[in-house]
Amino acid sequence: MSNPQMVMYDEEFQEINEVIGRLLKEANAKVIFLVDKNGQLISGVGETERFDTTSLASLTAGNIAATGGLAKLIGEKEFSILFHEGEKDNLHISIVGGRVILVVLFDNRSSLGLVRLRVKKSSDELSAIFSGLMKKAEEREKRGTSDFPFAEITDDDIDNLFS
Amino acid sequence: MSFINYASREINCKIVYYGPGLCGKTTNLQFVYQKTAPEARGKMISLATETERTLFFDFLPLSLGEIRGFKTRFHLYTVPGQVFYDASRKLILKGVDGVVFVADSQEERIDANIESLENLRINLKEQGYDLDKLPYIIQYNKRDLPGVMSVDELRQELNPTNVPEFEACATSGEGVFETLKSVAKLILIDLKKGK
Repeated sequence: MSNPQMVMYDEEFQEINEVIGRLLKEANAKVIFLVDKNGQLISGVGETERFDTTSLASLTAGNIAATGGLAKLIGEKEFSILFHEGEKDNLHISIVGGRVILVVLFDNRSSLGLVRLRVKKSSDELSAIFSGLMKKAEEREKRGTSDFPFAEITDDDIDNLFS
Repeated sequence: MSFINYASREINCKIVYYGPGLCGKTTNLQFVYQKTAPEARGKMISLATETERTLFFDFLPLSLGEIRGFKTRFHLYTVPGQVFYDASRKLILKGVDGVVFVADSQEERIDANIESLENLRINLKEQGYDLDKLPYIIQYNKRDLPGVMSVDELRQELNPTNVPEFEACATSGEGVFETLKSVAKLILIDLKKGK
């Protein structure tokens, strides 16, 4: 396949949650999500139970993909920040490390300026974590250490899913 | 490109339903949605025009159960079939793990099928994928209609590489789950082989 598999380990998952948990407080946001560019939800903090997170992840990725297509049409590499303003709630969407999408939902208890400022700081931290993660996955693959849970599955395991 | 999360013990895979306009891609997803237990499915999202033509994509998340302690999730997407939505189709193929090509069995749609299949191959290539190396299934849809081509004829035109194929009638649901199961299984086998 053309792209390496996206993998998430416990250690990095904790680190990521720490960063976005802190961002949630510092930016006075309601919810923060991290989404893979392919539309898979990576993590979320805040009032996540109030939202359909799976749909949110998929639509965010679609949104980023569509604006990315627009960017290319006018000769830009990408639009790295999107902002959607609602009557009560707003969405600040940004691309982190070229690969992951950071979604911050906030209302009038915060402001666009504050969110932008805090997002910028957290983005650098997240970017570093994700590049470390990619390196780790690559190294593991090179060493051939497969802790991949599917290496051992049998046809029966697969059939059982559909029974 | 599946996403494996060791922290939450989840594996997410992406299946894309491709095919010419009005071939029944959305109908496939709608049937899966209707017949799946609420706890195993998420909300179905359709980004469609006022006349219910797919504008960007349909999306349906399914949770199949666990394999070796890992929750196995499949995200089903359709593309807009109409020729002029090509830019959108390309975007949806990003990160695809498996493809279902839904063919319209009616004789007058054979050219549209062939064109769409070529378009699929080209768009995948642009993303760095090779259709012959991806988990890939063909569904001959609308078998209930009068004046459809025989499966042999369709195979000759659309399935030269002999990938798994299913006859279907997406409105009544015939063949819909068989198609889905088959592609999901190919993806899991691919995952098993690949790593």
